[in-house]
Amino acid sequence: MKASGTRIGLEVHCQLTNLKTKLFCSCSSDYRGKAPNIYICPICMGMPGTLPVLNKKAVEDAMMVAIALGAKISGEMLFFRKNYFYPDMPKNFQISQYDKAGGVPLALGGFVQIDGKGVRIRRIQLEEDPGKLSYEGTIESSTHTLVDYNRAGIALIEIVTEPDMSSPKEARLFLEKLRSILEHLGVSDGSLEGSMRCDANISLKGGKRVEVKNISSFKEVERALSFEITRQKSLIERGLGVGQETRHWDEVRRITVSLRTKEEEQDYRYFPEPDLVPFVITEEQTRDIERRMPELPDKRRRRFIEQYHLLPQSAEILTRVKAIADFFEGCAKLYNKPIDISNWVIGELLPHIRDKSIGIDELRITPKHLVDILKLMDDGTISRETARFVLQNTLSTGKMPYEVIEERGVKRVVDRDYVKKMVEKVLEEHPRAVKDALVDRKVANYLMGKLMKMTEGRLDPKLAGEMIKRRLSELSKSATF
Amino acid sequence: MELSAYKLVGRIRAKELRVEDYISSLYDRIKRMEKSVHAYITLTKDLALKRAREIDKKIERGDRTGRLCGIGIAVKDNICTKGIRTTCASHMLESFLPPYDATVIRHIDDEDGIVLGKTNMDEFAMGSSTEYSYFGPTRNPWDFDRVPGGSSGGSAAAVASSMATLALGSDTGGSIRCPASFCSTVGLKPTYGLVSRYGLIAYANSLEQIGPITGNVEDCALLLSCITSHDSLDSTSVNKPEEDYTKHLIDDVNGIRIGVPREFFGEGTQDSVEKMVWNGVLGLEGIGANYEETTLKSLQYALPAYYIIAMSEASSNLARYDGLRYGYRIPDKSYDWGTVFLKDRRFGFGFEVKRRIILGTFALSAGYHDEYYLKAQKVRTLIKRDFEMAFKKFDVLIGPTMPIPPFRIGEKVRDPLEMYMCDVDTVPSNLAGIPSISVQCGFSKGLPIGIQMMAPPFREDVLLRVAFSFQRNFPTLAKVRDK
Ligand SMILES: [Zn+2]
Repeated sequence: MKASGTRIGLEVHCQLTNLKTKLFCSCSSDYRGKAPNIYICPICMGMPGTLPVLNKKAVEDAMMVAIALGAKISGEMLFFRKNYFYPDMPKNFQISQYDKAGGVPLALGGFVQIDGKGVRIRRIQLEEDPGKLSYEGTIESSTHTLVDYNRAGIALIEIVTEPDMSSPKEARLFLEKLRSILEHLGVSDGSLEGSMRCDANISLKGGKRVEVKNISSFKEVERALSFEITRQKSLIERGLGVGQETRHWDEVRRITVSLRTKEEEQDYRYFPEPDLVPFVITEEQTRDIERRMPELPDKRRRRFIEQYHLLPQSAEILTRVKAIADFFEGCAKLYNKPIDISNWVIGELLPHIRDKSIGIDELRITPKHLVDILKLMDDGTISRETARFVLQNTLSTGKMPYEVIEERGVKRVVDRDYVKKMVEKVLEEHPRAVKDALVDRKVANYLMGKLMKMTEGRLDPKLAGEMIKRRLSELSKSATF
Repeated sequence: MELSAYKLVGRIRAKELRVEDYISSLYDRIKRMEKSVHAYITLTKDLALKRAREIDKKIERGDRTGRLCGIGIAVKDNICTKGIRTTCASHMLESFLPPYDATVIRHIDDEDGIVLGKTNMDEFAMGSSTEYSYFGPTRNPWDFDRVPGGSSGGSAAAVASSMATLALGSDTGGSIRCPASFCSTVGLKPTYGLVSRYGLIAYANSLEQIGPITGNVEDCALLLSCITSHDSLDSTSVNKPEEDYTKHLIDDVNGIRIGVPREFFGEGTQDSVEKMVWNGVLGLEGIGANYEETTLKSLQYALPAYYIIAMSEASSNLARYDGLRYGYRIPDKSYDWGTVFLKDRRFGFGFEVKRRIILGTFALSAGYHDEYYLKAQKVRTLIKRDFEMAFKKFDVLIGPTMPIPPFRIGEKVRDPLEMYMCDVDTVPSNLAGIPSISVQCGFSKGLPIGIQMMAPPFREDVLLRVAFSFQRNFPTLAKVRDK
């Protein structure tokens, strides 16, 4: 979907999941799957008289992100209060950062390359996550709103882009790239539920800017944007025009719903957080973190091409997700056949992940599994077909390839008598093909295919080929006589 | 009864006075006086007596005792005390039990001080008379028809009427110094960042400090020494070695340079106040100090700048009181959360608090933010600079604490502007973050007048030295209320 004059900007919120504690208190940040309201304390509950104390490690993690995105880190950053009432916020304001009214966020500027195109970053800031509302049953039927404050105060970074994307696909590519960068930095695990969320703003030629909130995962982004573009396009085509407004993505109905128009925009009354002092970041500190930066996706892609002689396209696909790149390298270290490995990862593993829509961490195999299969194939123990079968089986059961081969009896058959018996069986079943084969030897390939199909590809192909040839020439002789 | 903490500590340690007897006598006094004064919201007699017996045992055993060895201290009710209700004199927090102690309370406990109870104040520290309390006003011990000043009125009245030996207050725009002046006590607002604010329920975070209210300068230095510390729980607390301020109780002002800014004697300053404060300055000159009149031009904008900043911060600080997690909650639960928040706040907050929240919300709103909040911050920067310039020439600046003597209860509640005007001489120190002390300067028609001394940041030593010399040389200015 590519409409002319479409401009898309994103506001991405990523939890710094690498941190052990929240942004302003020492509560555990490991809230997923926990009973509600156990990881709370007077500070993250905003109780009277308590004060926030900044988690320095959060600043370091956020600085790594800023450096990775090529942003300019502020020498002295400020925290601002964003004021609005909502039951998931214990203080009814959020400690955040701001780039107007004298505010100085963690970093400004930056750049992400996607598909031969650049997306500019406007700012990167640190802020606290609110708690979570939940309902018994559905929102409509529930008589109560329940609040879980375990998430309140978790460290977030907000990354705001310029409206440089022109299609939902580009937005998805941007997010995938961003996620890969964050995962390479080790600061945020995008596979955790709700760890990355985003708001999008979209404007079409002839229309005003519309903000879409509540996009809870990257998967939803493409959907929400496509819907919104279609909606705006039809408005413009009908001459109705698109006004500035904020809309909400309804994941269940897969539509956007108007939240408020420009006149009703919330006034957050930003002002400097008086309980936190300006945070000074020296160039020395920045350099220190620069020195500790791990390898990032772009560099890794280039290295894959150089070191493993992969095709640029393969290297690009492999480095899109850190875990996949790690898996590939894990294999390449065990078995020096990087190109074969990359083909198997791209041709077999990735489709499996896509079809099952699981994360690579949910895969039940390790690099050793794949390498074992490839080695068995290369030494002739199993055929390519069998190797595929074993891999699929290993993927679904997590068993070692050897086990699968033993269990299913799929080891390559080199028993001459057995092969001979099978060859005769195939020739008996296809008398017409045999007749043709006597005239045109190329038809032998057809018989070979039938043979392999009948035996599920377990026969040693070389041996089987020889046997067919021999049997055909025997038949040919007897026919002559 | 002996009134000075520093002398009491000596007698207690010398086993001339048992802590339990002394604390009991304070509660006897409270029993007699409290009906007329109403300094306390909550008394913690059982806890205090238990603690007194513990300290007595310590002394008997010959164990080391803290610097506040058994001294009874009244604590303003916006300073959190673990398990003891902390109300901020508000319906909203009428039954709020903090699960934590403020850092200053931990220090008092470490130094063997004893909390006697929680004192009355203006609701959320918003006021200059202690009339805006959900629990009713406190009365001035010198004249029960008059206000004790505010917002730490209960703390100052408790000390002035000997219902406590020492007290803690908080000062956002004069809330320690105003009642200190009105009740003829000593009140010190420390340099911003010197005392931890952890556990102080915020009114305007960037302006306020906890500080001592005492009968004399010696006690002020003693209590200040006990509560100052770097606190990792308060990011705005300054990392600076702890100091024994009693070392600076030196009767010597020779060569001290005093500046007297004209702006402290502006319109609305009562003649009697002006005269007495000038007497004080001339008195200091008489014992060796030099003085010079000066001017800090930006101070003319201090009051509006102060109120804009304080109300802006307050509007945000007080947003958390919605009744959902603690505090006042309407009994009817059949509304959506928005309506519940609205009603909790409508019934939980008093009138003056709501006024300040609304004004602060306005000052921060889009379209007004630059004109009010940002401009006020600019004024603040100018005021800081003016003080810096002045302190290049002077060691201390002196002026009145309050432009008028204590007024009658009910006299100003109908006119908030007139009430706000009372803070004109105290707010500059909060905007600049500098230390400032109010000391007894005498009486006019039986009503106390205070003199205010200001010093550069972290020069509490100079302040205490000048204040101590003043008190030592002119002791008759500070009468003792002992009825
Ligand atoms: Zn916490």
